[in-house]
Amino acid sequence: MIMRRLIFIAPFAAFTALVIYFGLGLQRDPSLIPTVLIDQPAPVFDLPAIEGYTEGFSSDDLKGEITLVNIFGSWCVGCRVEHPVLMEIAERGDIPIMGIDWKDPPGAGAAWLQRFGDPYTRIGDDFAGRVAIDFGITGAPETFVVDAKGRIRYKQVGPITPQIWREDIAPVIQELRNESAENDLAGSDGAGDDVGPGAGG
Amino acid sequence: MALGMMSGLALAVDPDEILDDPALEARAREISRELRCITCQSQSIDDSDAPLAKDLRLIVRERLVAGDSDQEIIAFMTQRYGDYVLLKPALRSDTAILWFAPLIAFGAALGGVFFYFRQIQKNSFNDDRDISSQYNDDMYTENHCTDDLYKDNTHKDGGDTDNPETT
Repeated sequence: MIMRRLIFIAPFAAFTALVIYFGLGLQRDPSLIPTVLIDQPAPVFDLPAIEGYTEGFSSDDLKGEITLVNIFGSWCVGCRVEHPVLMEIAERGDIPIMGIDWKDPPGAGAAWLQRFGDPYTRIGDDFAGRVAIDFGITGAPETFVVDAKGRIRYKQVGPITPQIWREDIAPVIQELRNESAENDLAGSDGAGDDVGPGAGG
Repeated sequence: MALGMMSGLALAVDPDEILDDPALEARAREISRELRCITCQSQSIDDSDAPLAKDLRLIVRERLVAGDSDQEIIAFMTQRYGDYVLLKPALRSDTAILWFAPLIAFGAALGGVFFYFRQIQKNSFNDDRDISSQYNDDMYTENHCTDDLYKDNTHKDGGDTDNPETT
């Protein structure tokens, strides 16, 4: 008798479970695509400088220090939203921010930074957008935390808000610093000297 | 030729992207149809007008010209964008459930239907026996609400098996 009842309840239970499962699935943001690059070495690249700058940005600049790699463009609204947060991070000196100027017409990225301020230690001009694709970019802005060995450890899709910085990204950086501090107990020198053109006015 | 032009008009592939070698271009189209546009998600890069889709189409064609195999190009994409970029996911041990879940569900439904009908059969058999053992023929003849056909059947069955003296 119990078996018989189970037979009638089972389809309803299965259906309810599916409705709940799919209902929860609808709550998820479909634009958040899981990245396969976490814990992988950052792609190898050598980007030229944007207009008015002398230094470009290559993957060698990622070695020896924990860095942020931020993909931006002067055409990108989200980047404008995120920009003040990056400026604050740069002013506090929390971490060097490397910029990849993605698919900007010549001079547009430089003009944008001239107007709003330049938080970047290095900037590379990715006019063709190929390096961005090597990073598995789905849109701008996107930001990666790259460890001292040049491996990607975290990816932020969309603008960094003060809250996202505090709750998601800063803890990751802190964890990486603790990790490298433990490794340094074995005995080696600290981070290399910081070469950067500084603020652009 | 005319057909190619017509299908070309309806699609996102720009004229300047199209390769001179028709065989390579055909391969490019085929690969592009299998790759998901990352920004638009429900379209293949072959269908999409998004700038990122165009970039990926160009990469597909560049690599074809450079002599890459179809698999190498697909691998290039999955290294950057994961399985997500494939409109048709690969069949592996961790994706098996994706492929076989419909079969399992269908099997379960089939099993359910089979079980259900077997149960009905068993129940009708049980009902006959229950009725014939619990009630005697008098109850049926006294009960005027009983369906005649049912009464007749029960009377006959019950009479034949359990109460031979009534025949």
